[in-house]
Amino acid sequence: MTITENRNGARGVVVVGGGIAGLAVCEALRERDTLTPITLVCAEPRLPYDRVRLSEILVSGATCESLELRPQEWFADHHVTPLLGRRVHTVDADAHTATLDDGTQLAYTQLVLATGSNPLLPPIPGIDLDHVHPFRGPEDCDAIREAAARIGSTGRAAVIGGGLLGLEAARGIASQGCPVTVVHLTDRLMERQLDGGSAGMLQDALADTDVQLNRSTREITTQGLTFADGDTLDAQLVVVSIGIKSETTLGRAAGCETNRGIVVDDALRTNLPDVYAVGECAEHRGMVWGLVAPILEQARACAAAIAGDLTAAYEGSIPATKLKVAGIDLYTVGDAEGDAQAVTADATTGVYRKLVLKEGRAAGAILLGDLRGSEALATMVRKRAEVPDPLDALVASLEAGPAEMADDTQVCNCNGVCKGDIMRAVTDEGAATPREAMAMTRAGMGCGSCKPLVIDIVQLAAGGEVVDEPAYLCPCKKQTREQLADEIRANGYESVSQVSEACGTGRDCGACKPALAYLVSEVNANRHREERHARYINDRVHGNIQKDGTFSVVPRMAGGVTTPSELRRIADVAEKYEIPLVKVTGGQRIDLLGVSKEDLPKVWEGLGMPSGYAYAKAVRTVKTCVGADFCRFGLADSMGLGVEIEKAWEGLHTPAKVKGGVSGCARNCAEATIKDIGLVAVGDDRWQVRVGGAAGGNVREADVLCTVDSRKEALRVCTTFLQLYREEAEYKERTYDWVPKVGLDYIRARVLEDEASAEALRERFRLAKAATVDPWLERAEPYHPNQFTDLAEPGDAMRELDVVGPPATGGR
Amino acid sequence: MTPTTLQPALTFACHAGDVPSGEGRAVTIDGRRIAIFRTAAGWFAIDQACPHAGGPLADGIAADCSVICPLHERRFALDTGAPIGHDGPAVAAHRVEVRDDGRVFVELAPVVELPAAA
Repeated sequence: MTITENRNGARGVVVVGGGIAGLAVCEALRERDTLTPITLVCAEPRLPYDRVRLSEILVSGATCESLELRPQEWFADHHVTPLLGRRVHTVDADAHTATLDDGTQLAYTQLVLATGSNPLLPPIPGIDLDHVHPFRGPEDCDAIREAAARIGSTGRAAVIGGGLLGLEAARGIASQGCPVTVVHLTDRLMERQLDGGSAGMLQDALADTDVQLNRSTREITTQGLTFADGDTLDAQLVVVSIGIKSETTLGRAAGCETNRGIVVDDALRTNLPDVYAVGECAEHRGMVWGLVAPILEQARACAAAIAGDLTAAYEGSIPATKLKVAGIDLYTVGDAEGDAQAVTADATTGVYRKLVLKEGRAAGAILLGDLRGSEALATMVRKRAEVPDPLDALVASLEAGPAEMADDTQVCNCNGVCKGDIMRAVTDEGAATPREAMAMTRAGMGCGSCKPLVIDIVQLAAGGEVVDEPAYLCPCKKQTREQLADEIRANGYESVSQVSEACGTGRDCGACKPALAYLVSEVNANRHREERHARYINDRVHGNIQKDGTFSVVPRMAGGVTTPSELRRIADVAEKYEIPLVKVTGGQRIDLLGVSKEDLPKVWEGLGMPSGYAYAKAVRTVKTCVGADFCRFGLADSMGLGVEIEKAWEGLHTPAKVKGGVSGCARNCAEATIKDIGLVAVGDDRWQVRVGGAAGGNVREADVLCTVDSRKEALRVCTTFLQLYREEAEYKERTYDWVPKVGLDYIRARVLEDEASAEALRERFRLAKAATVDPWLERAEPYHPNQFTDLAEPGDAMRELDVVGPPATGGR
Repeated sequence: MTPTTLQPALTFACHAGDVPSGEGRAVTIDGRRIAIFRTAAGWFAIDQACPHAGGPLADGIAADCSVICPLHERRFALDTGAPIGHDGPAVAAHRVEVRDDGRVFVELAPVVELPAAA
C-alpha cells in the first residue's frame, strides 16, 4: 500500500465529492490560499458539473461537458488535482489518511466530506422495475429522455413527487412529446415553498401537465401505478422524485456523528478533528440544505475555518429559489406562511405576489408570474426588516428597478454578489461589458437566472452606454444582419455592389462579402444579381479548394443511393483525368480529389451528374439507412424519404452547411440524431423530427422538435424549419448554435403552432427553390471566359494581340 | 519563351477583359507566379503564393485594396503586399500599368526571400 502525498510531497486538503459543494470548497480555499495542495476525489468519471441545470439534459439533450462548472484547465491552473472515477473507501481520522477504492492512501491535513445525497426511493413493490427511474444523475436523464421519446404521444409517463425537481422532470418528459402525470402526496405542489394560493395558480398554469394531488402510491407495476385507494394510472415510464437522502455512509464509518446528515457546527466541522462536511450530506442546526446558495455559503465558511478564520461562521440560510416551471417564473424566499401577509393575485394573468410577515418583520415572499422587485423583497426578508404596511411594501417593490436597489441588495444568490460589487466592477475596476463584469464578480455565473438584472446594473453603472456587442455581419462597418436585410428590402437591392455602395460594407476588408452575397440572394429568393467576386473561390468554381490549390468534386447522390451506370461514369472520369484520390465521404457519396481548376468543367461533363454542393454553405446530403426495403428491422422507407428530402432541398444555400439524416428505426444507422435536421421512424408511419445536432468540432445531440404522423408531414415540418433557419441564422452559424440560441419554444411557435407563419415560410421556400439551377451547368455557359482558367503565359504571340478594342467591362 | 519587354522591367501580362471585375487571376511572368487583381480601386499585382502555406492568392476574396487567402484567411494589402491583421511576412507587390488599349503590364518587384513557411 502506498501513501500518496499531495502535490509537492506536502499534506493538503482532501475534498471528497465532485459536486457543486466539493468544487465550491476548492474554489473558496483557493481564494484564501494559492499554495496548499488540494485533491478533489470525484466518484463520477467526469469533472464537476452543474447538477442544477441537469434538466437541460432532459429537455435539449445537453451533454455533461456543456454543464461543466470549471474546465480542465482551471484545475491545472489552480493546482487542484481531480481524481475522477475514484471513491474514498475508508477514512482514518486519527492517522489523517483517506484510502481510495484502489488502495491508494491520501494523507490529509483537513478532510472535507461533500458526498452529497441520493434520491429517496420509497420502499414500495415495483420500485426496482426497469421502467422506474430516479431523477438524479446524467445517466438517469438520458434514460428518462430515451424512454419518453420512445413512448411518444401514444403512452404516458408518471412522475411521483410534485416538488421542484419532480416538476422539472415532468417538463423534460413533456418536451419529448410524451404526456405526463405528476402524482403528489400532499394537497399542493411544492408545499415546502408555496402556500395554497400560489400552488393552485401554478397548477392552473401547468395546463398541459396532468396533476393528481393527495395521491399515495402503493405499488408500481409494469402497467403503471396503483394508489392506496385502489385507483390506478397507466404509465410506461415512472420517474421518482420525492426528495433526497444525505449520503452519510463514509462519514458514519469514519466516526462522524450523523442524524439526517453528518452533523456540523457553524464552522462546518464534524465531531472528528480536521474533518468537515459541506452540502447535501451535512446537517446544520437541524437542516439539510439542497439549494445552491446555502451550499456556497457553507463552502465559504468551511474554507475560512480551514484557513483558521472562525469569524466567517455559517449561521444558516434563508431559503430562496428562483426558477422557471414550465415557462412560468417563480421566486420564493423565506417562509410561505406567517402571522400577517399581503397578497395580490390575478387569476387571468396568472400573477401571484405575496409578502409574509412575522411579528411585524418581513419573513418571506412568493412571486409567481411576475418577479419584479424580488431582490428588494429578498433583502427585506434577509434583514428581517420592519414592515409597517405589507401591501404598500409589496406594491412599492414593483417599482424597484436597479437604480432603487440598495448597494447591499444581493443580486446573485448563487455566488453571493451584491449590487454594489457589480457597480464597483464597472466604475472602479474597468469592466466595460456585462460579460467582463460577470467574469470579475462571478455574478450570474451560477444558475444564471440573475443575468438580466446584472446587465441592467452594468448599464446603470456605466450610465446606460453599455451593450454587449451584437453579432455583426460586417465587422468593419458594425452592421448587423437584420439592419442590412432591412436595407435590402427597403431599397430593393439586388446585388452586393448595390449594398456596398449604399452601406459601405464589403469595401474595406471584403470579409463580409460572402455573407452579404448570401443575404442578398436569400432576401431576393434567389432572384438577385449574382456577383462572383463576392463569393468564396469554392462558390466561383463549384468545387472545394484543397491545400495544393486543386479542387474536390462530389456529385449529388441523393440519400447515398447510386446506380451501376453512375459508378461506371465516375470510374471512367477518374481514370481519364488521372484523378489522384477517389474516396467515399462521410455523407454517403463519392469524392474525386485533386482535380485542377481547368479540368472541372470537363469532369462534370463526364460525370453527367448534378453538383453535390460539398463545397458550399448549402444543403449537403441527407444520409439514409436502407429502411424498409431490405432491412429486417426497418419500420419505414427512410431511404425513399431521405432521397425525397435531398431532392426537395437540392441547390439551396443556407447560412452554414446543413446535413440531414433519416433513420428507419431507433437503431439510427443514419445517425439522424447528430444531424442538423434528422428524422427517425418510430413506427406506423410516424417520424420523430430532430433539429440542431452535429458531430463535428462539437458533438451535440439534436433536439426533438416534434413527432409527426406521416411522411408528408415530416417533409413539411423539416422544410419549414429549414426555411426559418435560412432566414434567421447568422452567416456561418450552424443549426447546433442557432437552435439553442433562439430556443425550441420559438422554433415550435414559428414552425408548428403559428400556421400563418409556417405557411409563409414554406411559400418563401418554394420561391427560393424554384430559382435554383445546377451550378455545374456553367460548364457550358461560364459566367466569364476565364471562370476556370488562369491567364496564359504571355509569349511572343501575345504581341500580335495588341489591338483588341476598348477594355472589356469584365464579368457580369 | 521571351517576355514582351517594352521598358527594361515592364512586362505584358494580359488584357483587361481577361480578369473578371472584383476578382484576381494568376499569370506566369518570367517564371514567377503573379496574382493580378482588378477591383473598384484599380489594378494590382502581388505574388500568387501566400507566404503562410502557399495558398493561391488570386483565388482569394478581394476587397477594394486587400485580398483574403482562400486557404486560411490571411489578409494582405493589394498595393503594398503588407500583412493585415496578422504578423506573418508580406508578399511582394508589383507595379501595374494599364494602357488605353486595355493591355495590362506589370513591373516585377525583386524576389522576396521568405523564411520557411510557419
